[in-house]
Amino acid sequence: MNLVTREALLSFHRTRTLSVLSVTTIAFALFVTGLFGLVALNLRSALRQVAERVQVVAFVKRETPSQQISAAMSDIAVFPEVLDVQYVSETQALERAQRELTEFQEVYKGLEVNPLPPSIELTLKPAFRDGKHAAVVAERLHGFEFVDEVKYGQDWVQRLDSLRDIAGLIGLAIGFAFALVSIVIIGVTIRMTVLQRAREIEIMRLVGATDWFIRGPFLLEGAIKGLLGGAVAVILCAAVFGAFRAQRMGLGVGLRFFGVGEALVLLVFGVLLGFGGSLVSVGRHLRRV
Amino acid sequence: MIRFTKVSKQYTTGTDAALEDVSFHIGRAEFAFLTGHSGAGKTTLLKLMYAAERPTSGDVRVSGFATATLGRDEVPRLRRRLGIVFQDFRLLEDRTAAENVAFALEVTGARADVIPARVARVLDQVGLAMKADAFPRELSGGEQQRVAIARALVNEPPVLLADEPTGNLDERATRGVFQLLCDINAAGTVVVMATHDLDLVRHAGKRTLEMRDGRMVFDSADDATESW
Ligand SMILES: Nc1ncnc2c1ncn2[C@@H]1O[C@H](COP(=O)(O)OP(=O)(O)O)[C@@H](O)[C@H]1O
Ligand SMILES: [Mg+2]
Repeated sequence: MNLVTREALLSFHRTRTLSVLSVTTIAFALFVTGLFGLVALNLRSALRQVAERVQVVAFVKRETPSQQISAAMSDIAVFPEVLDVQYVSETQALERAQRELTEFQEVYKGLEVNPLPPSIELTLKPAFRDGKHAAVVAERLHGFEFVDEVKYGQDWVQRLDSLRDIAGLIGLAIGFAFALVSIVIIGVTIRMTVLQRAREIEIMRLVGATDWFIRGPFLLEGAIKGLLGGAVAVILCAAVFGAFRAQRMGLGVGLRFFGVGEALVLLVFGVLLGFGGSLVSVGRHLRRV
Repeated sequence: MIRFTKVSKQYTTGTDAALEDVSFHIGRAEFAFLTGHSGAGKTTLLKLMYAAERPTSGDVRVSGFATATLGRDEVPRLRRRLGIVFQDFRLLEDRTAAENVAFALEVTGARADVIPARVARVLDQVGLAMKADAFPRELSGGEQQRVAIARALVNEPPVLLADEPTGNLDERATRGVFQLLCDINAAGTVVVMATHDLDLVRHAGKRTLEMRDGRMVFDSADDATESW
């Protein structure tokens, strides 16, 4: 075993309490960051799923000749925002209503005339699933004289927009705050380790060890602590995630955990925190002795 | 080996200088006492030699290094050519005598396979071969200082600096450590020993440099006949 590794492990062992504290701190900071990451991850995919339901519906005047409608539909299909166009006839509309709105099944069954108008339903490409673009498309649909009315659920589409903005902002703010807090705390714990080993550092300098040699064990130690902390954080996140999903059964089905890449990011983040914290603390200490 | 030329040192501007216009030379294989009352500037003088402090003005040369202007990254090279011991031993409490000595070799990049033999040899030289596996707390003050001296010697430096090495020792241990330093000097190493133990200095018959308030007021090499 080489000397740097041995000294790093030895120091781990000698300053056990402090080492555990450092690992715990890193783990906790990354755990919170990771939890937030999970929430953001799932929120984003949930919003994406919700956004898939953004639909623009143009209600068509009854008695509109079908050639006119199919001509319009091929025009609409080439709108840059449009992913898919479908015609829903009066009969189809009624069937769907009977199928989906089971509470009113009886009401629909007893009807003599179909109260539902035919419609053209558009789904938008992912990039255009927001209030602004839906409104533009709706406006354009109004231009067809056989179109009676256009609906795209203004209210909830706009709410979706602001939810997206807020989620992004809160994500950034919390992520930034926790990164900052963890760097400070890690700096402090590593600083304590350095102080605890001040005597060793002093003697190393006295007998002619180079600064890089002195830093070596600390950097390795910091990196190992960061790696351990990152691993603990991933495990904690997995535990919380599992517990949450188990408790909410149905609701939890669509939730997803980190992929390998995202878990690795957390580990790398831990290593960087441990390594960087050590570098700064030892550097500051060496400059003063 | 060691040459000071018009060296002054002021720690903070506005206060009295810790050293003022100090010049002297210590040659090959010499033993020199550095004496003077507390606060006279002995420690400061030694610190300038091993580049723990820089002079405010003047020139310092130690085994070929211009320590006054030595870059930070060159200090380790100087330190490897010096052995340094202190009044408080500065041993690592959680390592044995042998490990304390080995530490100095390990952290200066010595090859692992030569370390045990060199440690054993130098511990034998300071008379502690039997105590290699003892921890500092299991050793007497005199023995701890011998471990510190062994650590200082293990890189075979041409110069050994000792700042009040007997300050914490009783008379018997003092004589033992002093004899050890004399033996080391006899083998060719320059030894500079700061002390205020005038009894020891008087009976040793070695070269003596005396400091007072930052000035060098007496050098026995300048006037061998003068008694004090
Ligand atoms: N790090 C320092 N900062 C400021 N003043 C110092 C420092 N070290 C020593 N001094 C001052 O320099 C003078 C010489 O001190 P020192 O070299 O330790 O003397 P000695 O070792 O002979 O007792 C004293 O007046 C002391 O107060
Ligand atoms: Mg002193």
